[in-house]
Order: sequence, then C-alpha cells, then structure tokens
Amino acid sequence: MLYREAGQFKTTYVADQQIFPILQDRIFVLAVIVAAFLAVPMFASPYLYTEILIPFLILSLAAIGLNILVGYCGQVSLGTGGFMAVGAYAAYNLWLRVPELNNLIVVFLFGGLMAAAVGILFGIPSLRIKGFYLAVATLASQFFLDWLFARVKWLTNYTPSGSVAVGNLSVFGWKIETPADRYLLILGLVVVATVVAKNLVRGHIGRSWMAIRDMDIAAEIVGFRPLRTKLTAFAVSSFFIGVAGAMWAFLRLGAWEPLAFDINRSFQILFMVIIGGLGSLLGSFLGAAFIVLMPILLNQLPGWFGIRMSTALLSHLEFMVFGAMIVFFLIVEPHGLARLWAVAKEKLRLWPFPH
Amino acid sequence: MTLRKAVLLGASIAAAGLAFASAAQAQNEQFIPGLIYRTGAYAPNGIPFANGVADYYALVNERDGGINGVKILYEECDTGYATDRGVECYERLKNKGPTGAAYVNPLSTGITFALTEKAPIDKIPVISMGYGRSESRDGSVFQWNFPLLGTYWSAADIIMQHIALKEGGFDKLKGKKIVLVYHDSPYGKEPIALLEQRAKMHGFEFTPMPVTHPGVEQKATWLQIRQNRPDYVLLWGWGIMNSTSIKEAAAVGFPRDKMFGVWWSGAEPDVRPAEGGAKGYSAAMLQHGAGQFGVHADLKKFLYDKGKGSAKWDEVGEVLYNRGLVNAMLGVEAIRKAQTKFGNKPLTGEQVRWGIENLDISAARLKELGFEGMLQPLKVSCSDHEGTRAGRVQQWDGAKWVVVSDWYQSDDKVLKPMVDAAAKKYAEEKKLPVRDCSKES
Repeated sequence: MLYREAGQFKTTYVADQQIFPILQDRIFVLAVIVAAFLAVPMFASPYLYTEILIPFLILSLAAIGLNILVGYCGQVSLGTGGFMAVGAYAAYNLWLRVPELNNLIVVFLFGGLMAAAVGILFGIPSLRIKGFYLAVATLASQFFLDWLFARVKWLTNYTPSGSVAVGNLSVFGWKIETPADRYLLILGLVVVATVVAKNLVRGHIGRSWMAIRDMDIAAEIVGFRPLRTKLTAFAVSSFFIGVAGAMWAFLRLGAWEPLAFDINRSFQILFMVIIGGLGSLLGSFLGAAFIVLMPILLNQLPGWFGIRMSTALLSHLEFMVFGAMIVFFLIVEPHGLARLWAVAKEKLRLWPFPH
Repeated sequence: MTLRKAVLLGASIAAAGLAFASAAQAQNEQFIPGLIYRTGAYAPNGIPFANGVADYYALVNERDGGINGVKILYEECDTGYATDRGVECYERLKNKGPTGAAYVNPLSTGITFALTEKAPIDKIPVISMGYGRSESRDGSVFQWNFPLLGTYWSAADIIMQHIALKEGGFDKLKGKKIVLVYHDSPYGKEPIALLEQRAKMHGFEFTPMPVTHPGVEQKATWLQIRQNRPDYVLLWGWGIMNSTSIKEAAAVGFPRDKMFGVWWSGAEPDVRPAEGGAKGYSAAMLQHGAGQFGVHADLKKFLYDKGKGSAKWDEVGEVLYNRGLVNAMLGVEAIRKAQTKFGNKPLTGEQVRWGIENLDISAARLKELGFEGMLQPLKVSCSDHEGTRAGRVQQWDGAKWVVVSDWYQSDDKVLKPMVDAAAKKYAEEKKLPVRDCSKES
C-alpha cells in the first residue's frame, strides 16, 4: 500500500531515466544516506565503526569493482586480492616517497589508477581466453602480485618483516584520526564511487559490457569492439578495487603485510558478488554485508543470550552455521540476495491485494 | 499474551537480570582479554598455549583469590591466527570490564604489528612474549610494546651462537651454507635481518627460503635444499608447517641434528607427527622447556584435582602449555607491580604499562611463584622492553625434549645497533615522539 507507484507519471525523458524511478525508492535511499552521514555518528561506538561499518563499506566498494567485471562484463576474475594489493602498495609508496602529496584523496586515486593500469595488463589475455580459463589466468596474476609485494623490497621500503605501516593521515587539512573520521571519509568516497558506477553501468559503456557478457560474437557484429570494451571493464573494475585496497590498508589496517591481500581475499570478494547478486550494485552491498557481518554476528550471538560455551565450539559453530547459510541462500535464490530483494519489491507493490 | 510471547518475555527478563548481575559483581575485577586460537591450521599449537594461559589465571583466582583481592576476569576470543579477525577480537574486548583491558597478548606477529599502531591511541600495552617486532624492545620509541623474554633477533642469535659453538667458533663458519626455511609472513621474515648481518660478519652463505601459509606444501623447498646441501637449516615455522618441515627433512635425508628451530618450532605438536623422523632435531628455548615445576603442583591441587583444569593432566607440562603459564604469570606480576603504585584495585592499561616497564622478577620471587628452573630473573626498563636475552637449546630424543646446551646470551654488540637503527627509522617514518630513557625513573 505504501509502496505503490500509481499516480507517479513521467512526463520527461529525464524523469523516466533517473536512477530510482519510483518516488519511495528515492526517499528511502536518500534517508539511508542521510542517516549514514548524520545519525550514525551520533550513537556509533568505536567497535561499530572499526569492525562493522568500515570493513563493510570498503569491501562493498571492492565488490562493486568486481561486479563490474564479473557481473556486468562476464569476465571471471580471481585476481581481486592482487589488484587490491596494487592499490594499497601504490598508495603507500606515493604517501611515503612524495610527502608533499599527503592527501588521502590523491593517494587513493593514485592507488586506483595504478591498479587500473595493472588490471589492463592482466586483462589482455581475456581477448583470447574465456570462462574458466580466464579465471585461471587471473589466478596467475594474484600469485604474481603476491610474490611481487613479498619479494621486491623497494615496494615495502626495505622493512625487515615486509610489513608496512602508515600514520598521520589527512585530507585537505582534515586530520583523519578517530574511527568516526575514517568512517565519514570512507562513506563519502563509497557514495561517490557508487553513483559513478551506477551511471557507468546504465550508460552506453555499461550496455557495451553487458552486450559482451551476453554474447560476445553478437556484440562484435553489431559494432562493439571487444578489445576496448573488455579492457575498459578491466580498467574500471581494477580502479574501484585498487581504491578499495588502498582504503583497506590505510583506513582499516594501518599496518599490513602482503598476506592481507592473499588469495582468500579474492575468494571472499568473489563470494560477495555471487551471494549478493551478479550484475547488481545493491547486490554488492548485500553480499558484503552478509560475508563480513554474518561470521561476527554468529560468533557473538550466544554471548548476547548469556549462553556460555567454549571458544573452540563457538568458532566451529560459526563455520558450520555460516556454511549452511550460504548453501541455503544459494538454493533459495541462485541469483543472489539482490534478486530476493527484487522479488520482495514486486510483492510489496501488489500488497495487500495480490492477484 | 500467548504462551510463546510469555516465554520470550520471561527469557529476555532473565537474560537482562543475568547481564545486570554480572555487571554488578564485576566492579572489583581486572579484565584481561585472550586472543588465542583453538581452530584453524595453527590450532595444534594454539590450544596448549591457550590452556596454559587460562589455567594460570584460574589458579590465581582459586588459590590467591585474585591479584591482591582483585579477581581476574578472563575472556577468550578465537582469532584463527588471522590478522583481521584478531583486530576484530581486540576491538571487541578492549573496553570490557570495569577498567578495560589490562594488556593484550596477540599471539601472532601479524596481529602484533596491527595492534602496535593502535596501542598508543587506546593506551593498552601489547605483551608479545617471544614474538612481534624485534626493534620494539626499544621502549623509547615503542612505549606500549613489550617483547618480553626475547625477540626473533635474540632467538636467531642464540641459534647462531649454538652452531658456532658446535663448529668451534664463529670464524669456522666462513664458507658454510645456512638456509632459513621460514613462514612467509612478518613472523618468518623477522630473523632475516639478523642472519644477514651475521652472514656479513662471519662470511657464511645465507639463503632464506619462504614457505607459504599454512605450510603443508614444502616439496619444492626441500628439493632445493637437497640440491644445495646446506650445512645447517634453520626453521621458522608455526603450526602444521613445523611437522611438515621435519617430515620433509627426513624424506630428503637432511640430517635432523643439523636442523634448528626457533622456540615456536620446538614443541611436542611439531615433532610428534614426524615420529622417528624428528629424532635429533633441535630448537631454541624461550628460557623454559617442558616438564613440571613448582607451579604445576599448585595447578594439580587447586584446579585439576577439582576438575577445573582446561587441559588433560598429561598435557600439563608440555612446552607450549608451560609457555602459556609463563605468559600469564608475567602479565599477573606486571599488574601486581602496578598495584604497588596505583593501589589494589582494577587498573587501566596505562597503569599496567607502568607495571610492565618496571617489572623486576628476582630469582627468589620466581621460586615463590613456582617457576624456578623455568625462567631466569628478568628486569624490564624503559630502554629495554625485552627484560632478558637468555636462551638455551633443546633436542628431541624421540620421546621428549632434552636440554642440550648451557645458557646463551644474545650478543648485544650485534643486536643493539640494529635495534636502534630500526626503531629510529620507525619513529621517523611515523613521526613519533621519542622518549628520553635516561630521564625515566
């Protein structure tokens, strides 16, 4: 009843083409963004910031990046962790070696651009190899980049242990010190990046990606150049992933080693995209929320109810329940959580009088 | 009200009551978080350590009624040895109890690195006993880090001294080949700097060989070792990697008595899976070894005879279990020291930091505590957050660990300049203020 678009007429093309054509959606999204910027800082504890909101937002951005490549352009990639590492280490080296540019926005953009360049490089094989074979090729990039950051000492400033650390961060004179500062910076960047991504995927670039995804030969015949289309997808995707990697390193970890971006990170983000929903930006957020927050929730739930159990049992239960939930959601809705949401939306529009 | 609602309401009231009750009694308790792992690839080594820590805190509560009447409130959180999960555990636990965490034991070098950045902000000291950043023993830069009993540079130096003694002096090492098989993480990379320095000094050929986490695949590494025929192999592994290395050494026929592990590669779970293959393998000791001492009698009397122990009795006295005891004891003694200045009440992390920095455990005190024979006296100070740099070497005889060396002291003529340089670089990179230790009392 509340969620009904009857009476909302579109009289111009602009009105018809906006991101959220339904008024209720616009109000809801706007309310969420305003709440995230204004209401959350009023009550959030440092734990909520550093362990829930910040990882969720950064990995959502990484999932958006991967979703562009896998969900929109149909190119399977297992190199996400490696591209995040490129972003993180490129940003670190700029921050370290050019102190005049101690501005996180510049540093992150540089990390993203370097990741985009590396992404293009590793995207070249995608012109010849497809599907699982491409996945294996990107897997090679993951291992190569892991090796690079562990072995080339210059990149880690010759620290004996290979672990690097950053501090004294600022953006245009705004010192990033407290968790709230970091959260607001990340939130701002993620909102901007999401708007950019949304406009990319619904514009002609996104359509060319989807054409390649659905049938590359047909797309080529109607005039899309596969080389340019695939490489733009790799570049844009790696850019987002690189920025996410730089944020993960600078704003989430503060000190990190190549292990922070190992193959498990790649899998984690790929699972977010698959569980959230391929080819959906909302799905990237839902998937990130599921993968990041569910294990933490499962681990703490018994404690909240005052149930005492041994640490080992708790950890094992967490693994089992989490695994079962993944299986459950994939059986109930193979197209991901975003699809579940879309179905719910359809039902809502008819409620309370379904036919 | 339906039955279901009534049950739910009742349950929530009960839960709220429980929460309230535990909050009320928590007023005179000192909270200590435990970042441990009982699951994952490192669980075989994590479990005995965690048991030792838990038992010692329980013993202090049962036997003494806490630290001068302040009960210890201990809560574990399973990190699985993963850095991000460890940081999450730390954030979850750091503000619990009436005064927050007294100190934190990350039990992972990766987590130690991450918490090193957070410690000065949260004002919670990090005790990384026998692990962590080697340069963090310099308290003028690393105010909040305490790598008590020894760093990896100390460990590597002790092993090199032992090898040199076997060879007949450091000058005999010239031209020898020494390989380091290490866990490819900050933990495994830590000793490389010291070993490179030693290689430069004595002219031996040093080759580091990384093994990727978790370390079950080492065939390529050991094939290389078979081809290179090094004179000695040093092992810097953890968890399943250790036993795999020893098994692989046996498979390629590398003599185990030429193989030396760090103190994290020298416990029962490391050698038992290799069965006969581990005989002759040696490892550095973080002072203590296996066996039962004075404190174990108390553990039996106050915990195990009452069925309150967290391990099985025959596991009590294993190397890692004992290390857990030592780790917990040092923390408790630091709190006791801090109480002499701040009073017998729950203390904040900042107050406990003072206690650790002024920790001075004499031989007599060690005897009182039941740790005689396990530890040497130690004295922490502003400029030396390590406390002591002594260690021994033990060898697996096929059934038990046997101490085969006298006490070594790591050579500060080599270590100190390296620590100073690395700490200075860290302070400059992070633009940190440096304390003047000569002005600290």
